[in-house]
Amino acid sequence: MVELARRLPTRTRALRVGPVFLFLAASCVFLLIGSLESTVFAQQTVSGVALGAVYGSLALALVLIYRATEVINFAQGEMAMATTYVAYQLMLWGLSYWEAFFITLAVAFAFGGVVQLVFIRPVQHKSVIAVVIVTVGLFILIDGLVAWKWGADLKFMPAPFGNHVYKVGGVAVSRQDLGTIAITLVSVALLWALFRFTKLGLGMRAAALRPASAALVGVRVERMLAIGWGLAAVLGAVAGLMTEPAVFVLQPTLMQPILLYGFAAAVLGGLDSPVGAVVGGVAIGVFLNLVGQYVHFVTSEVRLPVAFAVLLFVLLIKPTGLFGRRRLRKV
Amino acid sequence: MAPLLELTDVAARYGPVQALYGVTLTVGEGEIVAVLGANGAGKTTMLRAISGTVDRDGAVTFRGKALPSIPDAVAHLGIAHVPEGRGTFAELSVWENLRLGAYTRRGALKDDFARVQQYFPWIERRRSQQAGTLSGGEQQMLALARAFMQRPRLLLLDEPSLGLAPILVSEVFRIVRELNEQEGVSVLVVEQNAHIALQVAENAYVLEVGRVALSGPAADLQRHESVRKSYLGY
Repeated sequence: MVELARRLPTRTRALRVGPVFLFLAASCVFLLIGSLESTVFAQQTVSGVALGAVYGSLALALVLIYRATEVINFAQGEMAMATTYVAYQLMLWGLSYWEAFFITLAVAFAFGGVVQLVFIRPVQHKSVIAVVIVTVGLFILIDGLVAWKWGADLKFMPAPFGNHVYKVGGVAVSRQDLGTIAITLVSVALLWALFRFTKLGLGMRAAALRPASAALVGVRVERMLAIGWGLAAVLGAVAGLMTEPAVFVLQPTLMQPILLYGFAAAVLGGLDSPVGAVVGGVAIGVFLNLVGQYVHFVTSEVRLPVAFAVLLFVLLIKPTGLFGRRRLRKV
Repeated sequence: MAPLLELTDVAARYGPVQALYGVTLTVGEGEIVAVLGANGAGKTTMLRAISGTVDRDGAVTFRGKALPSIPDAVAHLGIAHVPEGRGTFAELSVWENLRLGAYTRRGALKDDFARVQQYFPWIERRRSQQAGTLSGGEQQMLALARAFMQRPRLLLLDEPSLGLAPILVSEVFRIVRELNEQEGVSVLVVEQNAHIALQVAENAYVLEVGRVALSGPAADLQRHESVRKSYLGY
């Protein structure tokens, strides 16, 4: 009996996810049936997932930093945009797309770490608002530096996956969409494995959850935070590099709408939930694509307001987001 | 031989509030030292001054060398601090908490897990349970197990009896004594429960408003009149 009673807390925790899980499962069934019924629906769903994967990776970057530093990094999108320009520059210098891709990820990691070290660390213990203002400042700074270095005019990059389109049972699926989904899945999976299975990942989680306790067991908390910012920047770079081929041009405003959708995705998922960020991103991507297709007053101009209206509605029903948890602790 | 840990005239403050005024204390190799005192006497602050979680003045040496005032560096040198509130990572699993205990170490930990299970047989069954859902007594045991995983030379314990039923208090101190005798871990334990602390410790100090009021072998302090009146209650 005592055994049973002690296990109860974990059980009730699992139960709380119940309705959300059912809702998501129902949505998946709906998408599946719709896709079997209509090729247009299927096409919109697949490209929505690709779009949402990009939102999801940027949202995941925001969540990583939110969990570690407890602020929204408003510069996340601009950092991603800047690293995309790095890839562009590397290709100008004659590197192939994939060489440039991986070097850019390394550059992004270093960039994120340096940003934390130089700009965030000095104000980190002052106040949340100070950090937020610094990230807004970074937004403007990076924007300005990129425009100064590369100019604000449109640039073009080679497409990583080509323009090939596959026909699967009458449904046209572009290689670009499949590639985006694959790259995002791989990067999210690698990140998850890092956090779940490695000592470094455990140290990073401990540093984010309880910095004081983590330091007492020997975790170098400040270093973990810098690594966290580095990883977030890598995810952002992936998002940037996958956004560019989707919109065909590179310009300093590349990531601004994506940051807003990414923010919406992160909040929808629960802001401190990595799974939530990815699910939220995909949900928003698919939802907007389908609504754009079937609801005629939703033109591309009102996509963003519609996205936020839905977000508001979800938060009214479930204030912690889909996967967010109120932090409960036994004292 | 120099003592394992030596505090000379250590002071500490929280902003304008002075919490510790010149405390001098030593912990010998293999020794259990108890620090008694009322609430606000500076017991917790003293431990925090050692592990570097509060800024301090004065000299702290560990194994003959000046101890840096940086918590993670202190942990790497072989001091495990189980702080007020036990330092449990409530959101992580029991196993992850243990793994974090061994964070400063390299190499295989299989033997250590086996040894932890000798001391705490229930842990194997609960390894994937979220640590925050353990009972208070279990969390205290987990904190000890986590500290054990670090294989420290010195264990700093902050009120291990706090909030525990009497039977669990003796269980905790039994394990502390076992760790001391069998693993050779020196212990500096801060306690309000003077009864049990003086039974387990060899030497003891009494702190009053941030200063050492009394010190000596635990057996002597047990007989000391003011200690009896103020802390033992007879």
